[in-house]
Amino acid sequence: MARENWQVEHLLRRAAFGANVSDLARFAGLPASALVDHLMEYQRQPDTVDTFIGRSEYVSVTTRGGAFAPTTNIEDARQRWLFRMVHSERPLEEKMALFWHNHFATAYTKVAGFAGGLQATKMMTAQIDLFRRYALGSFRSLLADVATDPAMLIWLDGRTNFRARPQENFAREIMELFTWGVGHYTEQDVYTAARAFTGWNLQRIPPGGSNNDPATYYQFLYNPNQHDTAAKTFSFPIYSDGGRTIPARSATSGIGDGLDLIAALARHPETARRLARKLWGFFVSELRAPDPAFVEAVATEYLRSNTEMKPVVRFILRSPWFNDPSAWYARYSWPVEFVVRAIREVGWSGFSVDTARTPLTNMGQTLFEPPDVAGWSLGHEWFSTGTMLARMNFAATLAANQRFNLARAAGSWRASPEQLLDYFLFERLSPASFEIGPYRELLAYVNTAAPWTGSDAQVNAKAAGLSRLIVGASEYQFV
Amino acid sequence: MAPITRREFLRDGVAAFTVSFAAPAFLSDIARAQGARSRNLVVVYLSGGNDALNTLIPYQDPFYYSRRPAIAIPAGQVLQIGSDGSQKTLGLHPRLTGLHTIFNEGRLAIVQRTGYTNSSRSHFQGLDIWGTANPGSTTGMGWLGRYLDSLPPPVDTLSAWNATRETPRALVARTVAVPAIPDARTYSLASPNTGAEALAERLAATRIASHVPINRPHLSFVNGTINGALDTLDRVGSVNAYVPTVTYANNGFALALRTVAASIVRGIGTRVFWVQTGGFDTHAGQGAAGGGAYGTLMGTFNDGLIAFYTDLRNQGLLNDTLVLQFSEFGRRIAENGSQGTDHGAAGVMMAIGGAARGGIYGTAASLEPIPANPTLENNGADVRHETDFRAVYARVLDGWLGADSVAILGGNFRPGAPAII
Repeated sequence: MARENWQVEHLLRRAAFGANVSDLARFAGLPASALVDHLMEYQRQPDTVDTFIGRSEYVSVTTRGGAFAPTTNIEDARQRWLFRMVHSERPLEEKMALFWHNHFATAYTKVAGFAGGLQATKMMTAQIDLFRRYALGSFRSLLADVATDPAMLIWLDGRTNFRARPQENFAREIMELFTWGVGHYTEQDVYTAARAFTGWNLQRIPPGGSNNDPATYYQFLYNPNQHDTAAKTFSFPIYSDGGRTIPARSATSGIGDGLDLIAALARHPETARRLARKLWGFFVSELRAPDPAFVEAVATEYLRSNTEMKPVVRFILRSPWFNDPSAWYARYSWPVEFVVRAIREVGWSGFSVDTARTPLTNMGQTLFEPPDVAGWSLGHEWFSTGTMLARMNFAATLAANQRFNLARAAGSWRASPEQLLDYFLFERLSPASFEIGPYRELLAYVNTAAPWTGSDAQVNAKAAGLSRLIVGASEYQFV
Repeated sequence: MAPITRREFLRDGVAAFTVSFAAPAFLSDIARAQGARSRNLVVVYLSGGNDALNTLIPYQDPFYYSRRPAIAIPAGQVLQIGSDGSQKTLGLHPRLTGLHTIFNEGRLAIVQRTGYTNSSRSHFQGLDIWGTANPGSTTGMGWLGRYLDSLPPPVDTLSAWNATRETPRALVARTVAVPAIPDARTYSLASPNTGAEALAERLAATRIASHVPINRPHLSFVNGTINGALDTLDRVGSVNAYVPTVTYANNGFALALRTVAASIVRGIGTRVFWVQTGGFDTHAGQGAAGGGAYGTLMGTFNDGLIAFYTDLRNQGLLNDTLVLQFSEFGRRIAENGSQGTDHGAAGVMMAIGGAARGGIYGTAASLEPIPANPTLENNGADVRHETDFRAVYARVLDGWLGADSVAILGGNFRPGAPAII
């Protein structure tokens, strides 16, 4: 069955991790609107994907002497997340978790530097679980939970935000990066916000527990003794009546300062617009600047739904902007999207997601390790000679690993070079359209060396070579 | 509408044209022509906002100690380098022993209080401003990119070499996609096949990426990175056999500098290198008495540079090389409650090389937090810049790279530029 259901494929590339041959067979008869519902209402699908880890029909994981430990070993955590992206029946949940991981970018290394690798893995995986829980939930609640998330309290130093010396790191980034962006607040607002969050600290349970003990854990602590109780005045409204001052509160109820600020930031129209622009890039297009009409419509939907993301994402997936053919393949794939889609299309039998670990780093995306609090540089910035070389080389590694599966599957297409190429270009893999020139180069590649006989040796070599060339081509780097 | 099928797209595709892909031999000719013994610029970026006041320490300013009770470097530990034009005595961080040596050899120029008006306290905006060399814009071509664009065409792909994975704004150019080569040892092409099959595949990949798609500039852009990689693989691979004259530390920064030294020694034609080391966003736990986390950062910075400097000197290439160090901003004067420092304003730049005119440029701030103090800003919280960073760029462009800084920087920053070269 040729890949010609463009709308279904587009939806599955953006709101999931791409469509392989069996997905297409499964969803082919479904109208796009029903598929949107299927993807959005993922709570109807059981969250059982983790129970498939280690089963032979699925992509493998690699353990390093001992049991697979995805909540205490960071490499296993990375493998588990990739496994979920490859196989989850709730792919939009994973996709949005990835979106929030980039938005609230927190890196394992700094957390581990403070609390050790075991505790850091626990905290980082708990943070991703938080993103799954709020994947399509209330942004305001997510923001509040992120502000008290143990990994975040270490990452942006909230754990040391004390009354006498307010710590500005989280205060700055919640405005610059997590909500409305540079240009809407003053430096004085940053200092004032830092005061609002004083006393939002971290505690270890039990206090003297060893970081190497899996029973030890870290949790948020509101420390009233470290809270600055004085009134705090901002340059922008905090309250719906336009009030800019958080009144002085008693130390015991001082946690309200930060919650008031979070609520104000979450419902601010500039936050709505900034999220709309980020969602435009994530779901609609990176080739065109956000359509102002889209930004206003999505921002309105966000504010109307009281910061709930589900109506927002549903609105986007049903919108004319998303469904316009100009949006097809208009986004540069993130390295993990590229890797997961390639695995799903080329094959995984006998392949371990651990094999993708170093290549992903070379492509510029290590899960749980964004380069800084702004997240990864998206769009064309994913691409440089070094990162593209890593993508080409991953295509080669995967093709080599799946050589015999590919050759077997292509067996009935061996009658001519054109047929073999048809199989990879139009059936098996999902690149953006190749133009006639590159198509002829691919054909010339199949025709090199010897006259085509369709022998097993020829099919073996050319099936792997075509898989590598197509997955490693520019046309495959877009979703 | 009924979308066309992929097959129809193929058949109906506008007649694509093909650019002739450059053969490796042609490129190595360019490399030789532009090649060895040309001047190199190695930009070293300290990522995260380096705490300039603990790099270059005003160890006789009482406010330095009163405002940094936990993290100040004790006067007895600084590596003294004399005083600046305002008679302010200064010293280097105790871990900068190698830089101290270079300073004493007259080949380290230190420019104090560099920055710009209304310095951004955002890492990302800040780095982009240092990249574009335009405080009013964080997008578009970088200052080094515009320099590369000013070179006579065709510009060799390896004219610049970025030793990080992401291309920094400074190296974004119109005419060339600067290759990102964090580690030359892994910069090689894999194939699922071997021998003639693998060669045929590489040839096909090169030809496919050499087609110019119609109305799909994003595909052309990615094709550019593929071509850049395939063009440079063999030359980059040639640096792997380099045996340095000194031992480099086993960290990313030192190994990147080792690779840069190898490229300079091999003369593969690169003129601009970009190397960075991170962790300078020291909001907490900087460490006391020159030790701790900040001491480690200074150690990494120092050890990498002194190895690189010594290696190039041993190779007789020091006079061909200029290192230019910067960071996106300095940090706040007063420490915070976490024994760290928050985002500040002016920073410190350094230039190292055989042609560098060593010494201390500019004048140190007085750290006294009174409104009348003209050397501070932000109510006395931050150091105010004295030298526009673009004046330093101008000096490097004019005096080292032989370019026209007015054209590249879009303005005349020559007046008042420190004579570091």
